[in-house]
Amino acid sequence: MTEVYLDSQFVGSVKNGRDFADALIGARRMNKLPSALNVMFDEETDKVFVEICRGRCIRPLIVVKEGKPLLTEKHIEQLQKNELAWSDLLKQGVIEYLDPAEEENAFIAFFEEELTPEHTHLEVMPLAIVGITTSLVPFGNYDHQVRLTQGSKNQKQAIGFYAANYFNRMDMDVNVLHYPQVPVVGTLMDQVLEYHKHPSGMNVTLAIMSYQGYNMEDAIIVNKGSIDRGLARSSYYRPIISEELRYSGGLIDEVCIPDKDVKGFRSEHDYRFLEQDGIIYPEAVVGESDVIIGKTSPPRFLSSLDEYNLATSSRRESSMSLKHGEKGVVDFVLITENEEGNKLIQVRLRDLRIPEIGDKFTSRHGQKGVISLIVPEEDMPISASGMKPDIMFGPHGIPSRMTVAHLLEILAGKTGALAGRYINGTIYESESEEDIRKELSSLGFRENGTELMYNGTTGEVYPARIYIGNIYYLKLKHMVANKVHSRARGPIQLLTRQPTEGRAKEGGLRLGEMEKDTFVAHGASLLLKERFDSDKVIIPISEEYGLMGYHDSRKNKSVGPITFENDEVSNVEMSYAFKLLLDELMSLTVYPKIRLERKF
Amino acid sequence: MDELYEEYEEKLPLSIIEEVKKYTEGLGKMKLKKVLEEVYKEYRSSLAEPGESVGIVSAESIGEPGTQMTLNTFHFAGVSEMNVTTGLPRLIEILDGRKEISTKMMEIRLKSPHNKGKDIKELAKQIKETTFKEFIKSIDIDMVELTMTITLNDDKRESAARIAKDLDKAVKGFSFRFDKEERIIVKGSSKEESLGSLYRLKEKIKGIYISGIKGITQVLPVKRDEEFIIMTAGTNIKDIARLDFVDLEKTMTNDIFEIEKNFGIEAARQAIINEILKVTRTQGIEIDVRHIMLVADTMCMSGHVLGINRYGIVKEKPSVLARASFETPIKNIMDASMTGEADFLNSIIENVMINQPIPTGTGLPVLIMKGK
Repeated sequence: MTEVYLDSQFVGSVKNGRDFADALIGARRMNKLPSALNVMFDEETDKVFVEICRGRCIRPLIVVKEGKPLLTEKHIEQLQKNELAWSDLLKQGVIEYLDPAEEENAFIAFFEEELTPEHTHLEVMPLAIVGITTSLVPFGNYDHQVRLTQGSKNQKQAIGFYAANYFNRMDMDVNVLHYPQVPVVGTLMDQVLEYHKHPSGMNVTLAIMSYQGYNMEDAIIVNKGSIDRGLARSSYYRPIISEELRYSGGLIDEVCIPDKDVKGFRSEHDYRFLEQDGIIYPEAVVGESDVIIGKTSPPRFLSSLDEYNLATSSRRESSMSLKHGEKGVVDFVLITENEEGNKLIQVRLRDLRIPEIGDKFTSRHGQKGVISLIVPEEDMPISASGMKPDIMFGPHGIPSRMTVAHLLEILAGKTGALAGRYINGTIYESESEEDIRKELSSLGFRENGTELMYNGTTGEVYPARIYIGNIYYLKLKHMVANKVHSRARGPIQLLTRQPTEGRAKEGGLRLGEMEKDTFVAHGASLLLKERFDSDKVIIPISEEYGLMGYHDSRKNKSVGPITFENDEVSNVEMSYAFKLLLDELMSLTVYPKIRLERKF
Repeated sequence: MDELYEEYEEKLPLSIIEEVKKYTEGLGKMKLKKVLEEVYKEYRSSLAEPGESVGIVSAESIGEPGTQMTLNTFHFAGVSEMNVTTGLPRLIEILDGRKEISTKMMEIRLKSPHNKGKDIKELAKQIKETTFKEFIKSIDIDMVELTMTITLNDDKRESAARIAKDLDKAVKGFSFRFDKEERIIVKGSSKEESLGSLYRLKEKIKGIYISGIKGITQVLPVKRDEEFIIMTAGTNIKDIARLDFVDLEKTMTNDIFEIEKNFGIEAARQAIINEILKVTRTQGIEIDVRHIMLVADTMCMSGHVLGINRYGIVKEKPSVLARASFETPIKNIMDASMTGEADFLNSIIENVMINQPIPTGTGLPVLIMKGK
């Protein structure tokens, strides 16, 4: 007797498990049972598992009978004529979905040629073993597995043409590539996904060579001429949103140019872009601290009566302005209402991003790198036929990473560009390297893709033949413009008087515990003290009581904490954080008495 | 010649002079003086400068390679139960000064002729702690008579009579009898014995010590550089030392606390150094011994092995602020306030906290001038 489990719960037993499982599968193929039902007969434990629950990963396969796939030429003809749909094939039992459990009992052929009578299924196409982004990598089967996954991950960060209606949208933090291109070397998935409608890269001419040592550690060198012609140019869009909130007591925010007597009024200069309605106009070129939407809010606490009477004077300034380091052009202004009927203003900011040193690029093979040098076009290496590469890529990134497909794509891209056709680089089903080489040779180029090149500065011939060709390059969304940060002086925290943290707050770069240790290890005692002087204070300390006093500027003398009169008080330099610690100790009823003595 | 050495005895450590003597035999006086002068210069230049932060340099020199450590267990071929903690977990264990380490091990060296392999298997068997469990083939309980019949393993029967005596001694309230069929019959000596207590006894007698050395759970005779030694899991240096075939001077244990207890703090210090070196060597990491020596010295400074944590050496720090800056600040400050402790701000971390120059390196020397 074989035990039968439905969704892992025991439901009964049958005489012959195999026959039972086969019967269920037969019924499913006859369309009498749902296509998502899967059956697994485990011979070892003599159990049948029937699964119909949600959350299983299932995939389609062509059913094979006696070494022949059920999908015939006739089916394909009908499919092409649109007489048949996928669902019809499913109903006919030509195609079925297997889950990981049922897959254990299946014998699946990768290609039709491999079929033997023992096979139970045939892969719909080998492409199906990889995911969507991975299938976009050309010649993926020649790449190292790790690089293939990295390459497909990188594609998700690429700047492209993400939506055709981007100018009607208010997306947060998006980039649009100005001149996106369809890859010369593509895959079958490009057609399925209609990749030509939303491409996210550019076909560039790439030379694998070093240039003055600037492509160390994966850095890439870019031709200034290419950038001037629009290579990898993109726009960065960011909305600034403000809303007229309603408060209790019938009070409401007001979008307007704030009055001078409003609490926290910035300066006339900051409000200069605002029109009568308190909102900025389109195409205004704005920078740091410029107000985009002027707004005032009612006072926070309604305590005394006179705040009612002097309504305007007690209002708070709550405008939306650009923070430190932000800039752009106002692209679009939208005035609308939200669900609660409050006035809602959305202003979309646009910023042109021309590639600069530090911007991140990648091919589709996990070969990412940042721009380290932008070379004037006249200094770029030049080939005998007058070609100059857009990008120079360091050769050291190739051997250790084993991205053979990267090299193949260069070769295929070159052939495709010269022959004026697209190259099929679908994983496992790509055009053969041999054919591509032959075609390149017939086009009058060296079949291995190398060319004789001249040094752009001196005109000398490079002793080595340079591997040069075309490859699809992606600009990734990590750009220096969003990340650069420096500070000499700047804002401090209220509590500790130490510098603020983070780029958004114009913060300092922390010299942490371990960094401090390195100063100590070097014995750089006074340098260490100076580094930590950012919160230094001079505090008068009572010599008798050892507590902190204060400086009375009216009498121009420091006074002690107990008598406020003729205490002996000495000024002591310490960090404000330590002063705070002393205060906190006192709040814990600990008396931190400071004993003063002459140092020498 | 000797007076020349005498002169340098005050300037150089003895071990260096000994080394010089070894290499300069038959050298003329003038040449020897030159050599000693050079040695002295080299020795001076390799001494730490006053105000050098040796502690933090040691910490960084051990900490940085520590980040590269991988592979934390090591398996013995053939003995599946014996896997040894190495790598970072072991390093942490040593530096923390843990009383109970995760894999206690001994390397027992043997006196001749056993170190050539004579009777080594028998000796190993003799050392291993055996409990009654290993003798049992089966245990049957007669629920009516309230007796227990223990059948022994075939190969262990000769010693059965002695074992029955041992058991009789170890367990009170039950009688153990050895019968003709070479079985052990267990009976409660008083009539009140219940079935429950018999079951409890069944589990209890499995753990009764029969022979060997307590604490040694596994033995493995191995050949190491032309010499046969016995590796063990579990340590008991005190009892091992009593065995006449053991070469105690070369026998090692990796339990630092056992060494401290039996051989004193200096031995423990050396054991700490050896154990850290053992870890770093297996990881292929080079750390200068002097860094490790400094750590070991710090751990043993108080006369007992202390860990590098808030219960160990940090607790010994004289400064309240220094202790408070390293874990449990509130506890340290409250305790200090209750006893009215004073902090003289003599060390590094306190001065970093109050933003004063730290008293090392360039912060150490001061210039005092007389005013007019």
